[in-house]
Amino acid sequence: MKLYDVELASRLLLGSARYPSPAILADAVRASATEVVTVSLRREAGTQRSGQDFWSLIRGLGVRVLPNTAGCHSAKEAVTTAKMARDIFHTAWIKLEVIGDADTLQPDVFGLVEAAAELAADGFEVFPYTTEDLVVADRLLQAGCRVLMPWGAPIGSGRGLNNGFGLRALRAHFPDVPLIVDAGIGRPSHAVQAMELGVDGVLLNTAVAMAGDPVAMAGAFARAVEAGRAGFEAQPMEPRDLAVPSTPVAGTAWLA
Amino acid sequence: MRIGILGAGIAGLVTAVELAGRGARVEIIERAPDHAEACAWVAGGMLAPWCEQATAEPQVATLGAPAVAWWQRHFDGTVQRGTLVVTATRDAGELALFGRRTERFEPIDAERIGALEPELAGRFRQGLFFPDEAHLDPRRALPALAAQLTAAGVTIRYGVDADAARIDADRIVDCRGLAARDTLEDLRGVRGEMIVVRSPDIQLSRPVRLLHPRFGLYVVPRGDGVFMLGGTLLESSSHDPMTVRSAMDVLNTAYALHPAFAEAEILELGVGVRPAFPDNLPRVLRRGRTVYLNGLYRHGFLLAPAMAQQAARLIFPHTTETPACTSA
Repeated sequence: MKLYDVELASRLLLGSARYPSPAILADAVRASATEVVTVSLRREAGTQRSGQDFWSLIRGLGVRVLPNTAGCHSAKEAVTTAKMARDIFHTAWIKLEVIGDADTLQPDVFGLVEAAAELAADGFEVFPYTTEDLVVADRLLQAGCRVLMPWGAPIGSGRGLNNGFGLRALRAHFPDVPLIVDAGIGRPSHAVQAMELGVDGVLLNTAVAMAGDPVAMAGAFARAVEAGRAGFEAQPMEPRDLAVPSTPVAGTAWLA
Repeated sequence: MRIGILGAGIAGLVTAVELAGRGARVEIIERAPDHAEACAWVAGGMLAPWCEQATAEPQVATLGAPAVAWWQRHFDGTVQRGTLVVTATRDAGELALFGRRTERFEPIDAERIGALEPELAGRFRQGLFFPDEAHLDPRRALPALAAQLTAAGVTIRYGVDADAARIDADRIVDCRGLAARDTLEDLRGVRGEMIVVRSPDIQLSRPVRLLHPRFGLYVVPRGDGVFMLGGTLLESSSHDPMTVRSAMDVLNTAYALHPAFAEAEILELGVGVRPAFPDNLPRVLRRGRTVYLNGLYRHGFLLAPAMAQQAARLIFPHTTETPACTSA
């Protein structure tokens, strides 16, 4: 998978929030074999540069850091946070979140497009957290995004893919744009479903961090993502209404 | 044996009790003029080893279980009335999950919740009751321990910046918390925030935890209508004042627990930065004549007794105590 000219072997991206401890986070990252870890500036450490301890732990994981603007409710706030993230993590990558509704935490797609355009013009490589809406996706691409991160379901809800049809349509319309399903994945089976649809990768956090055994769950998701991708590439059969025996019936004796 | 303890926070004081009890001549050196700069000063003071199982490593419950009896022996303000855990009906899944990860509780219904805490009657349909847990007021417990130590002949020197190399003692026990980062490099700060309110309209007799998918809250009664509200946990070593966001999260959730909190007076907004190792578990380790006790994280009152005993065993190997964990 290639995200902004970076070739990645793993199609799983992992969030770094809400783990029982940094040690468990580090073990989970290893077990997931992920190469990209997202980190929030606001949620975890406030706006001050006082989260240095935690951020150096993240840097020490030896993976690529994808800072995010989680918790931002306006384009302006998200742009400011993105710039701060670039200074702290020395990366042009930014996972752009502009939250539009406090209850569902769904993206404010208008603010998202606005912030994406401003950041892309400023040299950022933007990973926009968006809905599965085709028109919004198109605007994000026009704004300069080269990756799309449609949601599966609201953040932290663990509900899986709320709109498989929408994600399929997105895939069909933008066959060459990397699609990462971000948010809503609760179980490994959800990740398999997403990957079987043909999306390029999956980003998740709560499903691993809040599991009883986050390290084991990280391993389970790694295998789920691989299985889903392999299933997609192997071109699955289409469901049929009529049962088809896998061994020929001709010539076998009918015992009534 | 003469022992110098650096730091009169929870780790230093409890360690002094254990060492003085084994016959050592103990002196405590504290940088601050009193206990008010200690993390423990803004702590909840919950002795909740089983509730903590929901998020902590299993060792926390094992090491923390004897803490209730330890505090009962050393501080008569220790109250063992259990912990009540409740959640809004729409978040029932949180309660089920909490129950799967913890033990030593009884699932209870609305009627029992009302019997335990009449103020909460009719507000919650289901909860968990952890009858063996206890709580105390850190701002009474720390001075009480200090007074007890002084009476036993332990010297506590406040307002003295310690230079370990120049302390005239056989052994040093370094209990400086985050200040020990100069030698214990993988220590980090984890910020906690709390609000103290007074509401004569609410009576609670035990700590109550309200589970919520986003913001967990605990309320610890301090008596006389005073309550400590806490719950935020941030990966930050900033001592800056509490943010509006954190205050809103805590106060909103308190209001959800009981609407009368809306009329409570805010007495204090407090911040503490707890020392933690990467696994969030405490450690006792020895380097030369110095023993380090650190990384109590959010479990100061709960784990200090077991860790102090572990430190004491390093110094006095021939005393017999129940074995504790991590010695690195």
